[in-house]
Amino acid sequence: MASEPVEEEYISDIGPPYFRDMLPPVIKNNYGKWKYHEVLKPGVLVHVAESGDKVYTVRAANPRLLSIYTIRELCDLADKYCDGYIRFTTRNNIEFLLTDESKIDDLIKEVEELGFPIGGTWDATKAKYSLSNIVHTQGWIHCHTPAIDASGVVKSIMDALFDHFRNMDLPGLCRISLACCLNMCGAVHASDISLVGVHRTPPVVDDDAVRRTCEIPSTVSGCPTGALRPDMKNKTIKVDESKCMYCGNCYTMCPGMPCFDPENGGVAILVGGKLSDARAPSRLSKVVVPWLPNNPPRWPEVVDTIKTILETWAADAKPHERIAEWIDRIGWEKFFEKTGIEFKVQLIDDFRLPRHTFRTTTQFKW
Amino acid sequence: MSDEEFPLLSELKKGPWPSFVKEIEKTAEHKPEIKDLLKQLERSYEDKITYWKHGGIVSVRGYGGGVIGRYSFLAKECPGIAEFHTMRVNQPAGYFYTTEALRKICDIWEEYGSGLTNMHGSTGDIILLGTITKNLQPCFNALAKAGFDLGGSGSALRTPNACVGPARCEFACYDTLELCYDLTMTYQDELHRPMWPYKFKFKMSGCPNDCVAARARSDFGIIGTWKDEIKIDQEQVKKYAEEGVDIQKQVVEHCPTKCIEYDPEKKEIKIDNENCVRCMHCINVLPKALRPGDEKGACILLGGKAPILEGPVMGWVIVPFIPADELADFVKDLAEKVWDWWDENGKYRERVAELVERLGMMNFLEAVELEPDPRMVKHPRENPFFFWREEDLKPRTDPWKIWREAEKGL
Repeated sequence: MASEPVEEEYISDIGPPYFRDMLPPVIKNNYGKWKYHEVLKPGVLVHVAESGDKVYTVRAANPRLLSIYTIRELCDLADKYCDGYIRFTTRNNIEFLLTDESKIDDLIKEVEELGFPIGGTWDATKAKYSLSNIVHTQGWIHCHTPAIDASGVVKSIMDALFDHFRNMDLPGLCRISLACCLNMCGAVHASDISLVGVHRTPPVVDDDAVRRTCEIPSTVSGCPTGALRPDMKNKTIKVDESKCMYCGNCYTMCPGMPCFDPENGGVAILVGGKLSDARAPSRLSKVVVPWLPNNPPRWPEVVDTIKTILETWAADAKPHERIAEWIDRIGWEKFFEKTGIEFKVQLIDDFRLPRHTFRTTTQFKW
Repeated sequence: MSDEEFPLLSELKKGPWPSFVKEIEKTAEHKPEIKDLLKQLERSYEDKITYWKHGGIVSVRGYGGGVIGRYSFLAKECPGIAEFHTMRVNQPAGYFYTTEALRKICDIWEEYGSGLTNMHGSTGDIILLGTITKNLQPCFNALAKAGFDLGGSGSALRTPNACVGPARCEFACYDTLELCYDLTMTYQDELHRPMWPYKFKFKMSGCPNDCVAARARSDFGIIGTWKDEIKIDQEQVKKYAEEGVDIQKQVVEHCPTKCIEYDPEKKEIKIDNENCVRCMHCINVLPKALRPGDEKGACILLGGKAPILEGPVMGWVIVPFIPADELADFVKDLAEKVWDWWDENGKYRERVAELVERLGMMNFLEAVELEPDPRMVKHPRENPFFFWREEDLKPRTDPWKIWREAEKGL
């Protein structure tokens, strides 16, 4: 007798795997019972548990965009050296966790042969910090709203700052982040150095595309500066270009009004944000360069500016001092003097409640 | 792949940092259609513009999110990536994997997708980068069988994320991974079925070092802290001093409230805990000697977000301290109140911080039943333009009535 085809039970809403099933035994056994950690050398940490158990972490760079064929090779190394466990960090680094100290150097050799350099750690006890990986977004590889590419800019910057990833040669932590448009799916607005793709020209409305693809009232009301007006007679949207500050929100809501402009889009640079509360309180980053050209494949203007900021800070900062704290000490006027970055009029806020950013004392430096 | 074919991209194969171009090339060796991604990307590098179209609604059965539809403007030239949808796969908390689990994902993505991933996306998900519409459902089914599920997208709860927490960090003041898992499982419906004005993010950091950027990158940031005294092991302080750590310079002089004293004779540290703001600096520098106290818990910050629309927001303290053992229940109760208020009052694409700014913190605090606390503000307001509620006031007197009666000599 022919059997009826039985539909398998539909599995959904199961959530992620339970993390405890993914933990190496040494982590499971000492969960919540870690006593202290030390940095053995750049890229290598040891965490010591109350039980006396030790776990060694080897941290490797990661381009974030990984092929499954590479992930399998990383898994092979994790099988060989780490009993089949591997983890990633919040800054997209790869971490191998070992219990046998004698295997560290062999593992490092193999990871580096695979093309993944070791580093990205810091030793607060010795006030020696290395640059960690850049947190970033998709760019031209997969995004529909980017003003710039992401992976290519990041690769260019990290090539130029590579030694700072490998060696703990910086005076304090420095977090670099990049978002390829103001939507900031990378939320880079509280980084020591952040790069943001910006548009500089208003959206170009294609009436037909607006009619086909957009919800006009919500698009109009979504404009933060009131630059959009509905044109109900023609069922489209009009832009008051004098009010537009090119945030691109309208394009996110309405595919009929892109603001891409290859020669005018570019990179804004912000500095002095921090997330950690260590010493000075956390804060948002501040714009120091309103625009640099979007110049693939190597973005030389951007790379040079980032390198200048980072190296000026590194040479001038006291131990532990992050860019924000360094600027607190020397003052913004000295930041521009020391880095040689021009203080442009666009750096003075004219969006919401800007007066809170204006100087109201006679205390400044020459 | 010849470098002459893609001269601009081949520039990015050079240099010591790992190359994403090499990763794409390596994938294209196994999956010839991925050569079209290089083709389109090279074209973007020439023309300085994206060639991905805006949106396209694709999904899997029963879900409203988790898949990002993506179509190419260059479909004719690059048919291999004409449809190139992303699947967001919810990562295990703390990004820990067995290689077995990771290989399963690789196998599934080799069968149903491009073979390209992001480890990980900005919010925390495993990003499976590029597949065609007809593969979405079978890929989802295979992932589900392997124990994986999709993450959030659109106007929904986004995939919660946590720092490494107690799994491998001595600073963790609460169990970030367990809370992350708990919230993710409790709110599966909110995660898979967009139902709100806009996105909502939870992030969990175990201490004020905030390694997961909870205060800036989540609407509801939960940051570990403690209330009692920093624990000091004076023997270890001595050892650090003997090993050459300049405790006066490296620790004492960096204390933001100057609440640490160091006795160089005895090589001992004294902390005036009343004045400590728990910034973590001294603990970061002397991890063997100093530890957060025993009364551990978390501080909750509301509203962290990127600039769209009203400018970037660093989360605001709305709950200065909740003990660790009460945290999960408290967070769920409060988050649900926040969602109710936001859902009721929020405009399309208005994040919760923007709604609080529009309707006022007083309305917000009342709606979610939180008491005001000086720890919520940097300083009190500088203007007296506040709202009074009816119950704050005595019965209204009409000044005209007073004057008219006076004029009449009453």
